Amino acid sequence: MDIHEYQAKEILAGYGVKIAEGGLAYSPEDAVQRTREIGGNVWAVKAQIHSGARGKAGGVKICFSHEEVEAAADDMLGKRLVTHQTGPAGKVCSRLYIEAGTDIAKELYFSFLVDREHERIVMVGSAQGGMEIEDLAENNPDAIKKIHIDPAVGLLDFQARKMAFALGLEASQISHAVKFISGCYRAMRELDGNMLEVNPLVVTKSGELIALDAKMGFDDNALFRRHKVSELRDKTQEDPREMAAADRGLSYVGLDGDIGCMINGAGLAMATMDMIKLAGGEPANFLDVGGGASPERTEKAFRLVLADEGVKAMLVNIFAGINRCDWIAEGVVHAVQKIDMKIPLIVRLSGTNVEEGRKIIADSGLPIITATTLAEAAEKAVQARNEQVAKEGAA
Amino acid sequence: MAILINKETRMIVQGFTGKIGSFHAQDMINYGSNVVGGITPGKGGQTHLGRPVFNTVKESVEQAGAEASIIFVPPAFAADSIMEAADAGIKYCVAITDGIPTQDMMKVKQYLRKFPKHERMVLTGPNCAGTISPGKSMLGIMPGHIYQVGEIGIVGRSGTLGYEAADQLKELGIGISTSVGIGGDPINGSSHQDILEKFEEDDETRVVLMIGEIGGSQEVDAGVFAKEKMSKPVVAYIAGLTAPKGRRMGHAGAIISSAGESAAEKVEMLQDLGVTIAPNPSSMGETVAKVLAKL
Repeated sequence: MDIHEYQAKEILAGYGVKIAEGGLAYSPEDAVQRTREIGGNVWAVKAQIHSGARGKAGGVKICFSHEEVEAAADDMLGKRLVTHQTGPAGKVCSRLYIEAGTDIAKELYFSFLVDREHERIVMVGSAQGGMEIEDLAENNPDAIKKIHIDPAVGLLDFQARKMAFALGLEASQISHAVKFISGCYRAMRELDGNMLEVNPLVVTKSGELIALDAKMGFDDNALFRRHKVSELRDKTQEDPREMAAADRGLSYVGLDGDIGCMINGAGLAMATMDMIKLAGGEPANFLDVGGGASPERTEKAFRLVLADEGVKAMLVNIFAGINRCDWIAEGVVHAVQKIDMKIPLIVRLSGTNVEEGRKIIADSGLPIITATTLAEAAEKAVQARNEQVAKEGAA
Repeated sequence: MAILINKETRMIVQGFTGKIGSFHAQDMINYGSNVVGGITPGKGGQTHLGRPVFNTVKESVEQAGAEASIIFVPPAFAADSIMEAADAGIKYCVAITDGIPTQDMMKVKQYLRKFPKHERMVLTGPNCAGTISPGKSMLGIMPGHIYQVGEIGIVGRSGTLGYEAADQLKELGIGISTSVGIGGDPINGSSHQDILEKFEEDDETRVVLMIGEIGGSQEVDAGVFAKEKMSKPVVAYIAGLTAPKGRRMGHAGAIISSAGESAAEKVEMLQDLGVTIAPNPSSMGETVAKVLAKL
């Protein structure tokens, strides 16, 4: 789960990290009011969306008057900002963060990430801040310092000092840096973060260390014990179909293709989507209905896939393990009878009680296209999709 | 021989008396697994499914000679159960539980590392379907009947995709020595390579099928091992060709976060390492058959 910059900053401030003075605004009037409260003569108006690289998408503006703040706020609110992280649909901006301008002497990069390979939290820093870490890793990998944290003992002060020196900080700043780094680490550790990025971390002209931007992501598996973090969820930043799926205990990811999918198991779902692609089609979604595909779940999954109006054909691929094919077939027949399906449906069943399952589909009298193998299912789905597109084009 | 489990392996079930634990324990017993009891703290002394219930894993090791364990404990408590098993002297543990927090798994891995290698418990999973040595024993939740006895070792992250592979092999009359699910989480007990090492040493295994997916670097690491240290051929399929960057595809670990983690990149690197690639998920069986025919 991701949160907004202002939320991450609030959390970090609670752990002793210095941030610039700022406030939240929901309207241009709000924004001007915040500007007055903050004082000074330079402010940053920052669109709050769940994505990095907001600057390039017009989501960050430095303003020198109340009029400029108002105009910037008016421009950003309600706008869909498209960055390389949001995908082509972009993310809608409904909150702004107004922040006091900072006198920047130096920009640094700092983060804590989960290193899968080393099975530890890794601290990453670079004296070259402001850039995307991916670009830095590609162009100048030597400029990146990584320090792994032992989960048994946690972050040690000497590690924080080592990082501070690697960031090129001066002797007088080291103790502040240690405080900043250990504050970030505690936030990551105590709240089950899976990433915490301060980019840039700035050194001001007066030598202070300030988190100018902040991004935090949390382990979905740990939200059950992090109620305060769960409350920070902003549903407007998430795909409504994915939210609906999650509420129903299904795992769904919307994609750009037009062949809807319903599969049991994440690996088989990915494999089925691969097969669709290899057969010349494009999947409209990833959807794992899980092990216990009960008739209720099956119906919910059907409704979810068909809610996407761009879907031209639907492929169901179930490998029944502990489940039985006859049971799943009944669920599919029941769902199709209940929902008025206007597009072709291809069903491939395999595994336990497969003969009984196929018989139920055949005896239902419904226009369901059946397949025996994965390859055949994908080919038939692509063919049915093409026929459907031709039919709709003719009509 | 097979790997990890055989006919004699004495198994316990952690989370024995719960609904899911009971269901799968019964299934394992029906398959012929040597289930010697189970653990539910507070219910020690009772009998369940005709087997003794113990309060602690230690008691089951001392009183029933337990060697292997399967975990059905809910996510919030699963890491603790894994560490209890390791402490009690269990040799092999399968964690079925899906949804264990990542930082809990970091703690588990660190805890396991404190044991000297020869005494260290082998963990597979979490978030996996378990392990089966067909015709001998099953420590998992898979449908046992789709696995034919034979000479192919399977290691994979996904449950149902593993079933698909076993089914394709069965259609071709090819059987399996052992099939191991390592699970879909970002931090897991054993890597693909850990399991390849075991298959390399197993007399009954002639070819290994590795079923990987997007995310992380374990498949490629295993490919390097296969090239440098293995005499047996490895066939691989990598799922997730259509997965966009930065989106989690069901499994907590199935996400492309950095370079080298996409299916296309992994396939290319594995090919360069001499691993035979099954070009699509429908051809896992026939690719193994071709490799087998050349031996």
